[in-house]
Amino acid sequence: MSKKILEIKELKREFVMGSETVHALRGISFDVQAGEFVTIMGSSGSGKTTLLNILGCLDKPSIGDYFLDGVSVKTLSRDELAQLRNHKIGFVFQAYNLLPRTTALENVELPLLYNKDVSASERRERAIHALEQVKLADRHDHTPSQLSGGQQQRVAIARALVNEPVMILADEATGNLDSRTSYEIMALMQELNATQGKTIVFVTHEPDIASFSSRTIQLRDGRIQKDTKIEVKRSAKEVLENLPATDDY
Amino acid sequence: MSLINLIRIALKALQRNKLRAFLTMLGIIIGVGSVIAMVAIGQGSKQSIHDQLSNMGTNMITVQAASNLNGGVRIAGSSFQTLTSKDIVALKAGAQYITEVSPAVTSRGQAINGALNWPTSMSGVAPEYLDIRKLTLKDGIAFTQNDVLTSAKVCLIGQTVIDNIFPNGENPIGKVIRFGHIPFQVIGILSPKGFNAFGQDQDDILIAPYTTVQKRILASIYYSNIYASAADEAVTDQAVTEMTQILRDSHRLRSNEDNDFTVRTQQELIATLSSTSGLLTILLTVVAGISLVIGGIGIMNIMYVSVTERTKEIGLRMSIGARGKDILMQFLMEAVLISITGGVIGVLVGFLSTQIVTLTLGWPTIISESSVVLSFVVCAVTGIFFGYYPAQKASRLDPIEALRYE
Repeated sequence: MSKKILEIKELKREFVMGSETVHALRGISFDVQAGEFVTIMGSSGSGKTTLLNILGCLDKPSIGDYFLDGVSVKTLSRDELAQLRNHKIGFVFQAYNLLPRTTALENVELPLLYNKDVSASERRERAIHALEQVKLADRHDHTPSQLSGGQQQRVAIARALVNEPVMILADEATGNLDSRTSYEIMALMQELNATQGKTIVFVTHEPDIASFSSRTIQLRDGRIQKDTKIEVKRSAKEVLENLPATDDY
Repeated sequence: MSLINLIRIALKALQRNKLRAFLTMLGIIIGVGSVIAMVAIGQGSKQSIHDQLSNMGTNMITVQAASNLNGGVRIAGSSFQTLTSKDIVALKAGAQYITEVSPAVTSRGQAINGALNWPTSMSGVAPEYLDIRKLTLKDGIAFTQNDVLTSAKVCLIGQTVIDNIFPNGENPIGKVIRFGHIPFQVIGILSPKGFNAFGQDQDDILIAPYTTVQKRILASIYYSNIYASAADEAVTDQAVTEMTQILRDSHRLRSNEDNDFTVRTQQELIATLSSTSGLLTILLTVVAGISLVIGGIGIMNIMYVSVTERTKEIGLRMSIGARGKDILMQFLMEAVLISITGGVIGVLVGFLSTQIVTLTLGWPTIISESSVVLSFVVCAVTGIFFGYYPAQKASRLDPIEALRYE
């Protein structure tokens, strides 16, 4: 029943910096099935960011193939890539990247504004629904400055969910948060993964965070060093419950 | 992306920085406001000149005894004696484009009432003169053809003369005043006309039958002017040609001789004065137009700053699916919204300042639709023109670089 969401074959990415050629990715192949929760780990310089950019259709491979939900990304134009991102990918960034002085609801609606098939009323409904999914239904009218870091990240997750993407791509999504809030975010991610079957690709450098996923791909010097399936993943919710009190969740 | 979405996005982006949007608009507001006010003032003064001249009768034709070459010496027109009663007879008999004709002579002197006197001038004219010059009487009656035939010592009096020799508000009608040595009975009061476009007081005048002035004061058979009115404003030119020919015949001028008179119409005056005021309007509009361009540069400047400042936002929008042209349209729309909103406020400011000018300075103003439409179009064009380059810069950003921009 499982379907390949990502299919990467012998992927290489080279940058020309002056007279030197930097090999950021030196041939990577892996598949991601629908419903997987994958973390991509690696130290800086391992090619993790480059891979993320390619996975997010922000960049294209120099050599090799990348199929996202069956679409070959390599042949697409800039505008087609933008449309693909709009329909198939939900981004969650380390710095949240919410529009300032804009309400949570409007921030969540943003991706749908670039989808001309969605009417104004449908846009609103879907945004409200997405905010419910991240348990922020009562914070529609709050602007980012009125929200805590964790809440802002949840708004960002709602924004990633609103276009019903085939994959959520998180870039160090817990990097700016304290450990309690990080666990809250991971609990939310696990819940979305478990109950709604969302495919999640999570880039991080914290092994602690990676342990909540079902699979970890370890990058080193532009190659896959290790690709491990975690049979029994940790539950972020349990970890959260075992933390000392003063819980406001 | 649909236009409505586009406007929504641009509006929201502007709302996030209201003060800056307003300050950017200010250039456009001042530009448009001044264009409208300047054009209104220019048009108003043009119209008021035209009105004043019309008040004097736009179909009025004036014949003046002109300078002529006399043994190589040109003699001043007023001292030249060519217009006589023969000309009047000829004009009345032969001209078909003119309806009324009146000779005119002028004499300067003191108007005296008892111990009070006032220097003024007396025009000796025919009864038709009142029609030709569009003069009306406030009180009393005009003199008649009979008064002309009998050289009656009657006169019409202007308001300025009344103010000076009847200072206590007495009714001058029926009173006898003197002009120089000659006594005149006042039979009518002219309605005040105020100052004309050249600053002359049109009420500082006495009007009497021309025969009276000629025989009793000047002792001359010549006229200084002939006034006539063309049948219609449209046939003024034909009337001028016709009158010129009749007068040449009457003066027995050979075909190689110059006219010894000058025929003028109000049209020429209107054209001259209108062109002066038209030039002024152009000048004011150019200055105002320059301020509109400066306003446009202000928009461009702010849009540049805005693009740089919002690089991260642009990166985000691109990462969630905005295409380059969506970003281009968004920033272009922001620039256009700023300029058009500025334009609307500018139009209101223009209306307001025009009203203030009219109310405080008493200048006549006319707000022309064309200036409103024009400045509006210029605004929109300014927004697109000056907004395009920054918008294009934004649309060409690399999403990866933009997302990482700090």
